Amino acid sequence: MYRETQIIEADNKADGDDLVINVGPQHPATHGVLHLVIRLQGETIQKVEPHLGYIHRSIEKMCESLSYRQFIYVTSRMDYLSAHINNHACAMCVEKALQLEVPPRARVIRVLMDELTRIASHELWWGAMAMDLGAFTPFFYAFRERETINDIMEETCGARLTMNYMVPGGVMYDLHPNFQQRVKNFIQLFNNKIDEYDDLVTGNIIFQNRTKGVGVLTKEDAISFGCTGPVGRASGVSCDIRKLYPYEVYDKVSFDEIIEMGGDSFSRYLVRIKELRQSIRIIEQLIDNIPEGDIQAKTKAVLKLPKGEFYSRAETARGELGVYIVSEGGTTPYRIKFRSPGFSNLSALDHISRGSKIGDLMAIMGTLDLVIPDIDR
Amino acid sequence: MFSLEHITNSIQQWLYSTFSPTMALILECAIVMLLVIGLFATLGLVLVLMERKVAARMQIRLGPNRVGPKGILQTTADTLKLMMKEGLTPNGADKFLFNLAPFIVMIAAMLILAPIAFAKGFQIWDINIGVLYVSAVSSVSVIGILMAGWASNNKYSLLGAMRSGAQIVSYELSAGLSIISIVVLSGSLQISEIVASQQTGWWLFRGHIPAIISFVIFIIAVTAETNRAPFDLAEAESELTAGFHTEYSGMKFALLFLAEYINIFIVCAIGATLFLGGWMPLHIGNWEGFNHTMDYVPSSVWFMGKTFFLIFLIMWFRWTFPRLRIDQLLSLEWKYLLPISMFNLLLITLIAIMGWHF
Repeated sequence: MYRETQIIEADNKADGDDLVINVGPQHPATHGVLHLVIRLQGETIQKVEPHLGYIHRSIEKMCESLSYRQFIYVTSRMDYLSAHINNHACAMCVEKALQLEVPPRARVIRVLMDELTRIASHELWWGAMAMDLGAFTPFFYAFRERETINDIMEETCGARLTMNYMVPGGVMYDLHPNFQQRVKNFIQLFNNKIDEYDDLVTGNIIFQNRTKGVGVLTKEDAISFGCTGPVGRASGVSCDIRKLYPYEVYDKVSFDEIIEMGGDSFSRYLVRIKELRQSIRIIEQLIDNIPEGDIQAKTKAVLKLPKGEFYSRAETARGELGVYIVSEGGTTPYRIKFRSPGFSNLSALDHISRGSKIGDLMAIMGTLDLVIPDIDR
Repeated sequence: MFSLEHITNSIQQWLYSTFSPTMALILECAIVMLLVIGLFATLGLVLVLMERKVAARMQIRLGPNRVGPKGILQTTADTLKLMMKEGLTPNGADKFLFNLAPFIVMIAAMLILAPIAFAKGFQIWDINIGVLYVSAVSSVSVIGILMAGWASNNKYSLLGAMRSGAQIVSYELSAGLSIISIVVLSGSLQISEIVASQQTGWWLFRGHIPAIISFVIFIIAVTAETNRAPFDLAEAESELTAGFHTEYSGMKFALLFLAEYINIFIVCAIGATLFLGGWMPLHIGNWEGFNHTMDYVPSSVWFMGKTFFLIFLIMWFRWTFPRLRIDQLLSLEWKYLLPISMFNLLLITLIAIMGWHF
């Protein structure tokens, strides 16, 4: 820490009368232990420098000593808001290596869970972002609906945050008998609630002024920074893994890839709000058509991957999650690398926030939807 | 009817008949001082509790409901806790200014109470330039805020204080122009005369649309002047953690916090006095029966009712709107509110000169 302080002081001297402030690691707007060193000229941002590593848990290294069944559970702790989708991506990578055929019932259940997770994650983002911009009430509205999803998850998976529900070859348990009915009730309730969100926040003139034209990320920059997910799509980059490289049953359901051309914070906001409706659409198509059958493919008790390198990807609520496994043919991976969406999205922060005000930085960080454990791993 | 005037008058008569005039004056001052401090403590407790309950109702929660019946003792418990906490002074802070700042903010708030008419004949000091006095003293608190921000030796505090300074100085103009429009209509700066001029109806209704415009501008401007959301940039907690009072703790924090709520009460009381007739009951034209019934409601109830209605409005804003950005805040004032209120003042003057108001 001491060395770091010295560096900041040295930078400060070089640039004359800039004001250097540390946002974080303990700060209400960073939603985690992210540390940003901001250089200000008055209220205008000259430079933003993210300092990472406060919540680094060596997940990739830990995975090297865990078996192919075990390492999936650790990944729930990366992007804890998309726990299902993280597990899903890892399970898919193992299945790819073993050339396992996942039963149709498990495929549909996985997609249903993924989309429920996406809704829950976007809900939390919506509330937290509104709170960053100074509106408290949306936070409670968002949590009201998110609770319903958590209850549904709890019933089937036994957990509310780190589900550990996807296993290589399928899912761990069958659906709870109440699942279908509760999801249907939720959809009915939620359709009205999205309109309420639009009334409360989207249409608000202050909110629009705070986000329109703020933190513009051009299409070229989005591609060169590797931004994916809603951040990339708001800049006009078509990067929805569910459309481009369909997995499970995503090629059999109809939904739209939401693309906005603005690239500003408001576009990023709109993409996520519209994605909520698309997720509902996917769930509506699948909830009555869950095929009967097994929920897991037959696998050996101890999984051994063939020698080689395997890569799979999934669309989490924040963007593309890549799982890269190098196997030496043993029961544990030789090396695992996760390509997490949050890390790439964060890298664009400095570029798009230069020249804007401190208040804008909160709007930008809010719409980048950063989850710090996903960035640090 | 149920007027507090009789009580205050009889107390004064008793004092002057029992003691020498100097002694009586000193005793009167002491009584008023105790009343003001008592009012401050009560208002602080009530307003904080009200804010929490209003917020809870808007956010589908219950709010405080454990300490005392329905949680009404919650804020008392919080105050006790704050009193017992250590008042830290950070290293490198300007100790004198740091400790002085909360008191300046608080005293400024206390001083503004003087000319406010709480009920018929219940007024501390009926000064003949009452409105001017209020506008002048209310700008003193910004010095305290700047002092707190500067002396804290904290960059967040400094930014918050600078924002607050820019904001209060700007919005004072619109608030002042709205106040002047009522002064023009009523023809007096004295609070008691402004209230008396609304005997037949409140200025909000009698001054046609321009009066309504200046009322709306007044509410927006005072929301900004008291640093309330959506204009709470001075303590924007997601940007500056807590703005100018980041480093304060214990009773010094409580004073700053209390002053914020007292200021809300004061600006709402002034709004109620100028636009909604102060302690005057609601009278509608020639409805004799209705007007007579309204007279039965004590004047203090009318005043408090109107003030708390405005306070509720300001709380409603806070829990609904997102926060503005600093440049948007200033352009709202200088580009929209100030020109509109200047033009509006011309219209009001025209109405007053031609006698077009009801």
